Amino acid sequence: MRAYLAVFGDQVYDSLSYVGGVFVLLGRIYAALPSLFKRFKLSVEQMSTIGVNSLPLVAFTSVFTGMVTSIQALYQLAGKTPLIYLGYGVCKAVIIELGPVLTALVVAGRVGASISAELGTMRVTEQIDAMESLALDPIEFLVLPRFVAAAVMLPVLVVFADFVAISSGGLIAVLTMRVEPQVYLDGLRLYFVMRDVWGGLLKSVVFGMIISTMGCYHGFTAGGGAEGVGRATTRTVVASSLLILVCDYIVATTVFRT
Amino acid sequence: MIQIRDLYKSFRKEKVLQGVNLDVRAGETMVIIGRSGCGKSVLLKHIIGLMRPDEGKVTVDGEDVGALGTASLKELRKRFGMLFQSAALFDSLTVGENVALALREHRRMNNGKVDEIVARKLKLVGLEGIESKKPAELSGGMKKRVGLARAIAMDPQYVLYDEPTTGLDPIMADKINELIRQLQKDLGITSIAVTHDMQSAYKIADRIAMLYEGRIIFLGSPQEIQASKDPIVQQFIRGESSGPIEAG
Repeated sequence: MRAYLAVFGDQVYDSLSYVGGVFVLLGRIYAALPSLFKRFKLSVEQMSTIGVNSLPLVAFTSVFTGMVTSIQALYQLAGKTPLIYLGYGVCKAVIIELGPVLTALVVAGRVGASISAELGTMRVTEQIDAMESLALDPIEFLVLPRFVAAAVMLPVLVVFADFVAISSGGLIAVLTMRVEPQVYLDGLRLYFVMRDVWGGLLKSVVFGMIISTMGCYHGFTAGGGAEGVGRATTRTVVASSLLILVCDYIVATTVFRT
Repeated sequence: MIQIRDLYKSFRKEKVLQGVNLDVRAGETMVIIGRSGCGKSVLLKHIIGLMRPDEGKVTVDGEDVGALGTASLKELRKRFGMLFQSAALFDSLTVGENVALALREHRRMNNGKVDEIVARKLKLVGLEGIESKKPAELSGGMKKRVGLARAIAMDPQYVLYDEPTTGLDPIMADKINELIRQLQKDLGITSIAVTHDMQSAYKIADRIAMLYEGRIIFLGSPQEIQASKDPIVQQFIRGESSGPIEAG
């Protein structure tokens, strides 16, 4: 019984340390914000790594997301509802949900894992300690640029993903399902409200912060050599993906409540 | 002067430091010896504030390192240089950028002056003209020497060496030992080195402290440690597998 209690106690301690550690990191990022302009070049470099280098993967994901959404929407609408609702359905689904969430999940796998592996390697090879020993703040040099870059670039990637998915959805509908282009375009404009776009972009900003924070936190706390770095990378992807889904729900209930 | 008083540190249930007391005098080279994993590097990291103690304190010129705020700790660290076990060079930067990093951040100097200091420090460690190389292109010994050049770039008052000769061939190890000695002689640097390489310890130390089971069990000159009657000390310095220290 005592052994079980000890294990339970250890797990509670670990969980609280984990949550506390993440919030401490967020606090340190907030405290480092005034140095953002000083480290602007580093942020721009990270924007390229996180944003520009993710474009092919996001494009690939979005093409198929758009095509599948279009095909499945038409399958459900055919014979029951006017085809103008195809464009309407694809547009709403992509802008509000599929664009932000699928882009974030793909970026979590690519960028989150990469941030975690890079910082984790720096941790286990004592490069982060070396930085501190030189009186330099690793939050300012390593975390802040990644945090800002992810928060800025995720919305950009989502806009790109939305455009590609809606275009590919329309293209597949026109080319293979004999939907008139004008009907699809009219559908896109049907009941279009900017709140949908802002809501999707708000989600993407939150998702960008989640991915970078998780990547940095797990990288910073990595230990135990290559195995530890591998563990940190896995945890980053799992934690980011779960938090993205939870926060998707929270933003949805806040922004899209009728 | 560095004073370590009743220092305790545990990682979960593992007690690493259990009441360490040690004084390091200005201008001397103190070598801390002990088995791998006995807490030597942990002790070193407490001195520069990379770790906070569970109990006890480290004071540097009267300042309690564990009690310093972020800004004061940063100022204190500018008086230190540290050579890490694996050199810990920044992979993404060139050798020149590694050595210059602290200078560019903390000193108001033009690029020409920084480059001049970088070249001088690299010459001091016998590595002239490799500023544009990346750490991945260097051998283990070269990385250590670049790490040393980076550690002394700001002309620190204190230099901490974490296993300075580990992983080096005997000739390169001796070269590093000579560099450490030379730095102390030429620049009057106070040094603390942790190692389990006794040859290195005898060569560079003014005094040697032995860390065993979380405490300092011996403190004295290289001659005194060799004359010590303590069986634990004798077993360690002779590198014998049988004795009061259990192998494993």
